[in-house]
Amino acid sequence: MIELENVAYSYGGGELLTDMTLNVAPGSFHFLTGPSGSGKTTFLKLCYGALQATAGHVRLFERDVRGLSRDDVAILRRKIGVVHQDCQFLDHLPVTENVALPLTVSGQDPDGADANLKELLAWVGLTGRANALPPELSGGERQRAALARAVIMSPDVILADEPTGNIDWEMSQRLLTLLVELNRMGKTILIATHDLGLIRAAKAQVQTRVLRISNRRLQMAGADL
Amino acid sequence: MLQFDERADRVVPPTGFTARLTLFSAFAMSFLAVFALALSLAAGRVADRWGNELAQSSTIRISAPAGEVATQTEAALRVLRTTPGIVDARALTLDEQRALLSPWFGADLPIDDLPLPQLIDIIETEDGYDAAGLRLRLAAEAPAAVLDDHARWRRPLIDAASRLRLLGWASILLIATAAAAMVTLAANAALAANAQVIAVLRLVGAKDTYIASAFVRRFALRALTGAAFGTLTGIIALVLVPSGSETAGVLTDLSIQGIGWVWVVLIPPLSGLVAFVATRYAAGRVLEDLA
Repeated sequence: MIELENVAYSYGGGELLTDMTLNVAPGSFHFLTGPSGSGKTTFLKLCYGALQATAGHVRLFERDVRGLSRDDVAILRRKIGVVHQDCQFLDHLPVTENVALPLTVSGQDPDGADANLKELLAWVGLTGRANALPPELSGGERQRAALARAVIMSPDVILADEPTGNIDWEMSQRLLTLLVELNRMGKTILIATHDLGLIRAAKAQVQTRVLRISNRRLQMAGADL
Repeated sequence: MLQFDERADRVVPPTGFTARLTLFSAFAMSFLAVFALALSLAAGRVADRWGNELAQSSTIRISAPAGEVATQTEAALRVLRTTPGIVDARALTLDEQRALLSPWFGADLPIDDLPLPQLIDIIETEDGYDAAGLRLRLAAEAPAAVLDDHARWRRPLIDAASRLRLLGWASILLIATAAAAMVTLAANAALAANAQVIAVLRLVGAKDTYIASAFVRRFALRALTGAAFGTLTGIIALVLVPSGSETAGVLTDLSIQGIGWVWVVLIPPLSGLVAFVATRYAAGRVLEDLA
């Protein structure tokens, strides 16, 4: 599904990530941890084609990203839902239109998926906030709206970058429950986080694999996690 | 790319400054384009008119002592009647000469008391006559006759009008280029200000063509709207310019006529097209830079 083979990424003359090899199997639940600045976000961006590896190969759904045009990468990205720490919304559009944005940009009629959209907003607990603008949402609401947007295209993989970074414990547990639920539905989950409590809570509910970026390399985390 | 898509159009936030800049630029440029076009068309008409009206006529002036004018005139007319390429030649009457002078000296000019030359009006065939040969014959048979085939002063006037016409078209080209530059700047500013929007659209799987279309459509439509108002205002202003058909020149004949209206009607869509191309270019560059 997502394969990295001896991947390295350099920027500004320095190598940020080196010799990374990983095969994200369908239906798996991965955590990626590591100290701040270790390259977790860069790693995720490589995984959804937002960045090009400077060495090695990144294959998304068995296609090498290096040989693809930007438009081809955009089409592949529709199979990957991404949740950012800062969520990244279009602040001038209400929640419903933001959540439906992947449908809009892929040429599908959001009105046709109206029932699905309502169901999705109910699932993330945002029915009453459907017409609110993103700046009017709380941190937890923003994360849940971002998750709803990430899954509206029914993607095979969901990548989340520090999804609980800006929300309280209770809200992070609620978000984790949604992600676990998605995993049980067969979705592949990869979460970058330094929140060890979140990882432990997830391990109690579902089988997970924890990776750590240390010294620019990808390692399996120790048994303490 | 220009197909209307309300949802796609909504993904780009309204940007007040660039919207007003594009609208105003398109308005001002189209207004100026109407005037440049009118100038060019008027200059063309004047050049054509002067060319056609004067090309097949010429004049002979008899400047002789009062007692010899009639003899010299008759001699000159005899020469003209036998000159190939001349359809008609006749001496102007006193009244006709008075009418020619009245715009400068008034209708009460005592023409009988003035030592005016006698004028002979010549109408040529399409192929014209041999001016050099005619001058030689006149010198021999009517030495007081001076042939004026108008070429001496007609050519610079026609050249000036033709250059004015070219200047008008060059102005239109410059206006289009300046409009393209302004729209490119406005589009660049809008795209740069919306880097975050572009990042979000890419995150959710938008193709570059989709993102570019959303901006291109918006700028092209703004330019079209501004240009439509600018063109309309230009036409109204042209109508208000005082006309003087009797002394039709470039400045007194600054109007759009006949086929010229086709060019005027084309100004708004051409402005939209210029904005389309300029924004497409700007979007391509910015999206490349943001990749």
